[in-house]
Amino acid sequence: MDDLIIAGESFSSRLIMGTGGAPSLEVLDQALAASGTELTTVAIRRLDPSARGSVLDVLRKRDIKVLPNTAGCFTAGEAVLTARLAREALGTNWIKVEVIADERTLLPDPIETFDAAERLVADGFVVLPYIGDDPALARRLEQAGCSAVMPLGGPIGSGLGIRNPHSIELIVEAVSVPVVLDAGIGTASDAALAMELGCAAVMLATAVTRAQQPELMALAMKQAVEAGRLARLAGRIPRRRYAEASSPMTP
Amino acid sequence: MINGASHEVADGMTVAQAVRTLTTATTGVAVAVNDEVVTRSSWETTALSDRDRVEVLTAVQGG
Repeated sequence: MDDLIIAGESFSSRLIMGTGGAPSLEVLDQALAASGTELTTVAIRRLDPSARGSVLDVLRKRDIKVLPNTAGCFTAGEAVLTARLAREALGTNWIKVEVIADERTLLPDPIETFDAAERLVADGFVVLPYIGDDPALARRLEQAGCSAVMPLGGPIGSGLGIRNPHSIELIVEAVSVPVVLDAGIGTASDAALAMELGCAAVMLATAVTRAQQPELMALAMKQAVEAGRLARLAGRIPRRRYAEASSPMTP
Repeated sequence: MINGASHEVADGMTVAQAVRTLTTATTGVAVAVNDEVVTRSSWETTALSDRDRVEVLTAVQGG
């Protein structure tokens, strides 16, 4: 399959895995391996001296590139500080900007997100913002220098799938940077749909990490993303209101 | 304050010493003092004062 390219870097997998929600590092490790992912998000939090093992060890062992996020931030200022700390801790200038509006919906705050994105682009970061399914905002973020946009399919952790496929298609048309469908994925068909709509990649976490069998679901997601991409490249047939015979109707 | 907990700050205590109260790791760790990043190369030379808020952070599962 054709590579995913973000900010000049190539990935042979178009599935980006989050690490949140896994019951243990062992389960996470198996799921990451099954998913085939080459890019994985982590959060930045206070160091816990009693923590056993590190998610970073798992990623290093698998040679997976780390994508720190600013999860838990409510303002642009918090997100900028978190990004700079992530750069210092992890030695990467890649950052998934996530600035949420409230804890009940975890929906992204578009104004704080844009503010943070502008400041981080100016500070030399490769910025991948998590946004609502808003084509106008996606275009503005591309113009501000973001390297990808990450519209949600549905609220974080909801498993509701892609609530507004039409908006996702409009975002794909509106920008030339990669569109990464982020959040809301519940099962494999959601991931395939995202790719069929023209997304360059799919980002998901809990759909795998909280599945009854995470490793099996990770494999399902891997194959769904591949199938969806191939279907997009192949070009679907037009929808018709009535039947069209595939063989001659006359004897 | 280090990660929200009160600590006695001895005269001339550095950021590097503050980090060592929590971990021996140096990679994968970042420090902010009063919401400003302190780069690793400055840990040994940055002294703390009484009311400084020190945050020692690392990557965890998330997102």
